[in-house]
Order: sequence, then C-alpha cells, then structure tokens
Amino acid sequence: MHISMNIWVWVAAALTLCIYSFLYKDNPFYKFAEHLFVGVSAGYIMVMEFTNNIIPNLWNPLFVNHFDEKGRLVSCAFYQLFHDGRWNIGLLTLLPGLLGLMVLARLLPKVGWVSRWPLAFYFGAYQGLAIIGAMQAWVLAQVFGTLVTQGNPVFSLALFSTATQHPGWTTVVAAVSGPLMIVGVIATLTYFFFSTEHKGVVGGVAKVGIVYLMVGFGASFGYTVMARVSLLIGRIHFLLADWLGVVS
Amino acid sequence: MTFFERFLALDRRVIYPLVGLAVVLPLVFPIGFKVRPTPPAENLFRAVDRLKPGTPVLVSIDYDPSTEAELSPMAIAIFRHCIRRHLPLVVIALDPGAPGLGVTLLDKVARETHARYGVDYCFLGYKSGAEAVILAFGRDLRLAYPADYYNIPVEQLPLLRHVKNYDDLGLVISLAAANYPDVWVAYAHERFGARFAAGVTAVMAPEYYPYLDTGQLVGMLGGLKGAAEYEALLGRPGLGLKGMDAQTIVHLFIVLIIVLGNVAYFITRRQAARTRP
Repeated sequence: MHISMNIWVWVAAALTLCIYSFLYKDNPFYKFAEHLFVGVSAGYIMVMEFTNNIIPNLWNPLFVNHFDEKGRLVSCAFYQLFHDGRWNIGLLTLLPGLLGLMVLARLLPKVGWVSRWPLAFYFGAYQGLAIIGAMQAWVLAQVFGTLVTQGNPVFSLALFSTATQHPGWTTVVAAVSGPLMIVGVIATLTYFFFSTEHKGVVGGVAKVGIVYLMVGFGASFGYTVMARVSLLIGRIHFLLADWLGVVS
Repeated sequence: MTFFERFLALDRRVIYPLVGLAVVLPLVFPIGFKVRPTPPAENLFRAVDRLKPGTPVLVSIDYDPSTEAELSPMAIAIFRHCIRRHLPLVVIALDPGAPGLGVTLLDKVARETHARYGVDYCFLGYKSGAEAVILAFGRDLRLAYPADYYNIPVEQLPLLRHVKNYDDLGLVISLAAANYPDVWVAYAHERFGARFAAGVTAVMAPEYYPYLDTGQLVGMLGGLKGAAEYEALLGRPGLGLKGMDAQTIVHLFIVLIIVLGNVAYFITRRQAARTRP
C-alpha cells in the first residue's frame, strides 16, 4: 500500500468522497463539492474560450503586432488605421467582435433586443452551412442505409436462398434483418404520425412500432447502466490506485 | 413480514455499499474474465492496423474529465497502437475541457514508448466552433491551427510538413462524449471524403450504429467495454480490461436484484390478492 504524497490527489480523493456522501443523505460536504465543481468548471471553460478564442482571433489582430507562421511581422489593425491610414483591414475582425458584444446586451432588459441581431446572423449562417451536410449525412445516407444494408438490398433472394440451403444463426439473421429493418422503420414512423387516429390497420402498425421502440429503449437503458458503472469503476480505481496505492 | 415483503421495503442505502463492494473486490482481486471483441471494435482496429507506416492519423479528443473513465482508456490504446505501427499522430481537441487531458495522455504514452514530439506525435490544442474547425481542416489545417498547443508554428513540426488536409490523413478518429461524431460525419466524411471512426461513451453508442451500417463510420468503440475490446486486440491490457471484471460482477448483481425485485413484487401481489376478503 503506497499512499499518495501529492496534495492534489488528496484533494481529488476528498472531493470524490464528499460527492459520494450524498448516497447516505444530502449534507454540507456534498453541497460544497457540488458548488465547487460547478464554479471551477465554469471558470475553466471561460478562461479556455478567452485564451483560445478572444485573444488570438480578436485582441491580437486588433491591438497587437505579431509574427505570422512564416515569420513575417504583421501590424495590428489599429496600427494600420492610425499609422498607415488603412481602415478596411481590421473590419473583418472588428465586425464579428461587435456582434459578439451585442449578444451581451441580453443581460440588460431595456436593450436586450439588440442581441437578436447577432443571434439571427449566427442562426442564418449556421443553417446555410449545416443544411447540405445534414441532409446528406443524416437523411439521404440513412434512407439509403435502410434500403441497402452492408451491400445487400433489403429483400435479397440470394440471402434467403443461402439461409434455406445452409440454415444457421448467421445466415437466417442476415436474411431477415433487412425486412425487419423496413418493418421497424415504417411501424415506428407510423406511431409518431398523429394526423390520423391510431385505429384499425394504422393502430396495429403503430403497436408494432411501440414494440420496436421498447426494444430500442431497453438496449439504450442497458448501455446507460454500463456507462454509469464504468464511471464508478474509474473513480474507485482512482481511489484505490492513485490515492491509496492498493492496486497498480 | 415475509422475506419478499422485507426485500421490497429494503432501503436503497443497503444496496449502494454492496455495489461498491462489487466494484472494489474485482479490482483488488482480479478474476480475468475473457473479453470477446465485437465487429465494430475489430473494424476500427483493422482500419488502423492496415494503414501504411508513416500515414498520419488524426485523433480528436472531444470529451472532458467527466467521461474520462470511459474514453481515456480508448485514447491510450489507440495512441499505443498508432505509435507501435509508426503512424504519426496528429491530436486536436474540440471540447474546452479536453486540452489538459490530451497533454496528460500523450505525455504518458510518449514516456512509455519513447515517442518524439513533432516526429511521432503532435498536439495542436483546442479551437472552439467544431464545425468551423472541421471545415477549415478540410481546406488547410493551417487555417484552423497556425501553431500547436505549445505555440510552435506548424511549419516547424516535421510530421506536419506533408499534411495539408484530410487527403493526407489515413484515418480520423473522434473520441467523444457529445454529438461531435455527427458533425465529423456531416462535414469531414460527407464533404471531404475523410475515413472516419469514433469512440463514444456507452450511452451514445446505440445512436451511432446506423452510421456503422451505412459505412459512414469504419469502426466504433462503445464505452469502457469498447476500450477493453481494443486492448484485447492490441494485446496490451490497460484500465479497460482491468475494469471488465468489476463491470461483469456489478451487472450480474444488478440483474439479480432486478429479478429478485420482480419475483418479490408478483409474489406479494398474489399474497395480497389471496388475503383480500
């Protein structure tokens, strides 16, 4: 057993145990650790965004003379404006910076409407950028994938013939998975189609869709349980290995 | 009170320490359950293994410390595999909580494999706006990353001299705890034709099986089990394989509790129906 002599390992172990104390009941140690976690996370992300975004993309081009990747001196925009009289160089940097500042107007109720302009610009630009990629990757490719699975069409006589000639788990699953996929997609979509009442044939198909949904949710729940247990294993391993040195 | 009634009335705080013991004991006394790799993990392993030595691989660390337990074992296994196969690693981060993790993981693997910075691997750091970074990388990585995490201009890194965009990369792998793989598929794969694979948390894994079926993902690792499968294929045990003993025991315990709970429920309901006037 080699107990760690690193103060930060002890701090991490203590905070871990404070969080786990909630399992008994809510208490001030848990509350302290939770608030510390939220505050440190928010502060860390703010500093990361400031140093990786604001400084190199806004502050340096506007106010700091710097060297480019080829080692050439690049004057900042304000130097060019006041020294050389060139006013248009910094515009491409200044305008996005101004739009970003306008978003902060949201914090003041009286001028909160100002923030709608940069948000509208952002949403419009993002939609234009995303729509083609999203259609291609998330709609068209998926429709194609539903009809053609791993090179085989949904109803493949060749696969059925193989399954009948050489019956086995793999061949039967390969033969029926395509038709099952189509039935599942249509049935599940029917369940979410509310423009007609779920009675008769539509109701029956919707019920099949519910079965598919439940199977999907069950698989998802199983994976979720596995994920939570994995996170617990990670924390316990830290306590046993890094803190107490009981395991390697 | 019968046994089943007492079981249904059991305080959950009795179950918590039992789950804790089910995790601690297998870690302290390993059992060595075998892990059988699944096809998505095998496909990812093969995709890396079949690359020609010297072909750069881009790994994007798109998670933060809250999911480190599931994704860092994957990252370490992939880094070790790439360095063993002499595949230069280009590592970036699209999540603001990721840079520190990236530095720690790369330093750990570099120490044990004697990998050289700038030759065998490099870390370009974090840039926000995932879509913008992925799109810029498709034209020229220098648009997104003029310098690396340590502010060394990319021109001075030998391994990036012949890397301009996705055409010069053998594979792109995103290790993600949010929907970054969706963005990578939509922009890097669909628009620029990059070969793409993902390592995701177990919660997210079911969402990405459709991408495997369409071939948009060449392979996928899901959760700590995915990391264990990759380690088994690599022949280099790590935290993934070590955690599988505890994972198995806890899962068996949970199944037992659920079965007992349901049996207790139906038996007590039947007893109540019998005693009703």
